[in-house]
Amino acid sequence: VLNRRCVEAAVMTGLALNCRINKKSLFDRKHYFYADLPAGYQITQQRLPIAVNGSLAYSVCVGKKPSRVITKTVRIKQIQLEQDSGKSLHDELRSQTLIDLNRAGVGLLEVVLEPDMSCGEEAATAVRELQLILQALGTSRANMAEGQLRVDANVSVHHPGEPLGVRTEVKNLNSAKFLAKAIDSEIERQIHELENGREILNETRSFDYKLGCTMPMRDKEGKQDYRFMPEPNLPPLLLYDTESLPPGADPQQVINIDWIRERLPELPSETRERLIQQYGILPEHSFALLNEVGLLEFFQNVIKETRAEPKKVTSWVLNIFLGFLKQQNLAVNESPVTPSALAELLNLLDRKAISSTAAKQVFEELWRSEGKTPSQIVSEKQLELMQDQEALERACHTVMEGHPQVVMDVKRGNPRAINKLIGLVRKATLSRADPTAIKEILERKLSP
Amino acid sequence: MLGRTLREVSAALKQGQITPTELCQKCLSLIKKTKFLNAYITVSEEVALKQAEESEKRYKKGRSLGDLDGIPIAVKDNFSTSGIETTCASNMLKGYVPPYNATVVQKLLDQGAVLMGKTNLDEFAMGSGSTDGAFGPVKNPWSYSKQYREKRKQKPHGEKEDSDWLITGGSSGGSAAAVAAFTCFAALGSDTGGSTRNPAAHCGVVGFKPSYGLVSRHGLIPLVNSMDVPGILTRCVDDAAIVLGMLAGHDPKDSTTIQDPVKPFTLPTLTDVSKLCIGIPKEYLAPELSGEVRSFWSKAANLFESEGAKVIEVSLPHTSYSIVCYHVLCTSEVASNMARFDGLEYGHRCDINVSTEAMYAATRREGFNDVVRGRILAGNFFLLKENYENYFIKAQKVRRLIANDFVKVFNSGVDVLLTPTTLRGAAPYLEFIKEDNRTRSAEDDIFTQAVNMAGLPAVSVPVALSNLGLPIGLQFIGRAFCDQQLLKIAKWFEKQVQFPVIQLQELMDDGSSVSEIEKLASVSLKH
Repeated sequence: VLNRRCVEAAVMTGLALNCRINKKSLFDRKHYFYADLPAGYQITQQRLPIAVNGSLAYSVCVGKKPSRVITKTVRIKQIQLEQDSGKSLHDELRSQTLIDLNRAGVGLLEVVLEPDMSCGEEAATAVRELQLILQALGTSRANMAEGQLRVDANVSVHHPGEPLGVRTEVKNLNSAKFLAKAIDSEIERQIHELENGREILNETRSFDYKLGCTMPMRDKEGKQDYRFMPEPNLPPLLLYDTESLPPGADPQQVINIDWIRERLPELPSETRERLIQQYGILPEHSFALLNEVGLLEFFQNVIKETRAEPKKVTSWVLNIFLGFLKQQNLAVNESPVTPSALAELLNLLDRKAISSTAAKQVFEELWRSEGKTPSQIVSEKQLELMQDQEALERACHTVMEGHPQVVMDVKRGNPRAINKLIGLVRKATLSRADPTAIKEILERKLSP
Repeated sequence: MLGRTLREVSAALKQGQITPTELCQKCLSLIKKTKFLNAYITVSEEVALKQAEESEKRYKKGRSLGDLDGIPIAVKDNFSTSGIETTCASNMLKGYVPPYNATVVQKLLDQGAVLMGKTNLDEFAMGSGSTDGAFGPVKNPWSYSKQYREKRKQKPHGEKEDSDWLITGGSSGGSAAAVAAFTCFAALGSDTGGSTRNPAAHCGVVGFKPSYGLVSRHGLIPLVNSMDVPGILTRCVDDAAIVLGMLAGHDPKDSTTIQDPVKPFTLPTLTDVSKLCIGIPKEYLAPELSGEVRSFWSKAANLFESEGAKVIEVSLPHTSYSIVCYHVLCTSEVASNMARFDGLEYGHRCDINVSTEAMYAATRREGFNDVVRGRILAGNFFLLKENYENYFIKAQKVRRLIANDFVKVFNSGVDVLLTPTTLRGAAPYLEFIKEDNRTRSAEDDIFTQAVNMAGLPAVSVPVALSNLGLPIGLQFIGRAFCDQQLLKIAKWFEKQVQFPVIQLQELMDDGSSVSEIEKLASVSLKH
């Protein structure tokens, strides 16, 4: 029996990937014997899949500069619905295999990409973009490490102008990073083989993480005839659009493609555009905000609660906040600093209640000890900026009086001398003065 | 009491003339007495008595569930029954106990029916004799009938050899025998190429094959998914209609069932056939058809005509291709459906541990008989990439042509088709086994399997006894989803022909003759 949610997910994914949704699609049985395939066949869509001819756009960085990106496209050959098999756990020690059938029969979506990519990085980027799309749609959490998204790479090499070479299939890839590595190492291996006069076998290989290269998989030998046969228990899948919907049709029994299209959530590419327009941030920042799970939401929550400029928020989130996360290898949702806390901190900074140096200190403290608010930390550590303009003027005056040589240096045109004065004033005010304000006062006093 | 129809005994239960427990015990006792027929693989005595008890409670409170409440029924052993061994008469599933009920079984139980047991069949429903199962062949109760014995001029007592017993036909032979021998009032069979109608004809009972998609296949261990249907075997057409009313309708667990729910119905009695048009397909006049059957067929046609119906000759031009077409499609689906039996999750598993492949091979060789293995090999051959177009696709196209033959005929105003069900009466076992399963199936399915390819409803109704005193049945084929109309016409016909009741009195009353036959039976089984 067909699972409605699976069909809806397939249609959503097909639409998001610019595919043509086939209003009629068929199911087939693909036969082979394997311990994790309890029926001896897998139900799939070999003859006529649910969606075809789509495209996936992704941005690759050119060179070292993060701001130079170009958009590439990989064509989507088809999307098909099929059944999952069980899971095999190999116990080499006891020469046995344990079979977990819990996921056997569960619905899968297979997205087949055309061979339009030419290196590991392109593939990894395309896959990451696909992950973001699937997550935005809600059709999959697409976590490779947890097997929610499984990627197999088909790699071949050829001279320009010649047809595609013999391909190998690389499996057992549990992250985009290793996907890229595996592809690049396989490309290298194939080139090496061919340059040494050998041939590439059309085989399945597995990526060995320790060795950093691909190895042939022993148990998938020979070409199999899958004896495809139409699945007799599943009638052809018919989908409708608003035009073709039969009148009086039970909504429980039909799927309307237009209805789904109207309700598609915002896709990553649209989100990035919107962020640029809405907050005036740079494209590469927009990119970075979407690249980390939960980061965009964090960012948007901070924006909601702060008066600080979006550019400021972006800088803090992408540089300082993300920096701390990466250092301790944490996910966004594991952050000890909440969006509210950061927002409060940025508010303090914005109305110049504290200096940016102080702000960084506060942030560190927020990170270390939970439960305290930025305001609390500021008052505990006495990090408030001096608000008393007169007191600051006096302090400046005192320092100037006490260091006539430095004053002379400044007047003589030494650009670094003023920093020394600023430093002295800061020391005198126990770092509670805003260096910008100090500089402004000093410059005023020192001008003829 | 056991000789009554379902409807009659149901009335008796409601009126308190007999209690469900008494009825159940009578049937159980008769099952024991007729054990030599080998109709049952499993007799679910405890379960049956418990169900009878519950039914009795309901009747006492005046809250019976309906016409099937307390009625003993039997189910062919290829339907999954929760907690009761389901073997498909194969070593592969010996000891397999399903955790759920097939939808049709559940529906019967929900109506209060009492499950007497699981009936015998050809292994995995492949065959036309009910002779090729892992639990031995089923014997046709008519072998021991007065009518047959008298014609054979043999004494019912003192026979040294029971070697002349007759087959039931197949593959639902156990169900047909169970109903014919009065051990239950209705039985479920399955029909893929005639497996319900064929044994019904040989055992003198009504065998009904519903339209494909009318009755759920969920829980029916599949043979050919695009042709299988659950079949109903009863002693009269009216009883079959009662059961159909309970079973038909949409099942969300079977995507090939029609969307509409179906309500139980009372079969109206037809009195006037003058508005009917009966079609006689000329291609069904096969040269192998026995003279007797041909004559009964002819008489039946005349009967309709004499009562005012229009009887015309029609043509189903692609009939001659249907056997081959059926074989290609049937074996292909069989090869696919049997792939799940690998010994890993359930059923038989061999002792070999060397490798998975070796384990599969040995398990499947040990678990399946050569009929099943033969069909799997043939099916896989047809599904190979290089053969798919020429065999499978071609056969599908021919199937369409065959189905269209029927559509054209029905569109031209024909209401039902009248054909023989089998070529002749039941054969003696020793004669039958002279040819292999495949040959026999090809011969015996000739009138029945085109119906499965077209998904139409059909029913075999016992007509009369042959010169040898054996039942002969005739088949009515109806339009798709016009099952009620088909049964209405069949009921009229049944009333006209007044088929005699099987006389097994000696069996039921005379203890000595039973034990005599039991002894003989055990001798012949060893043989």
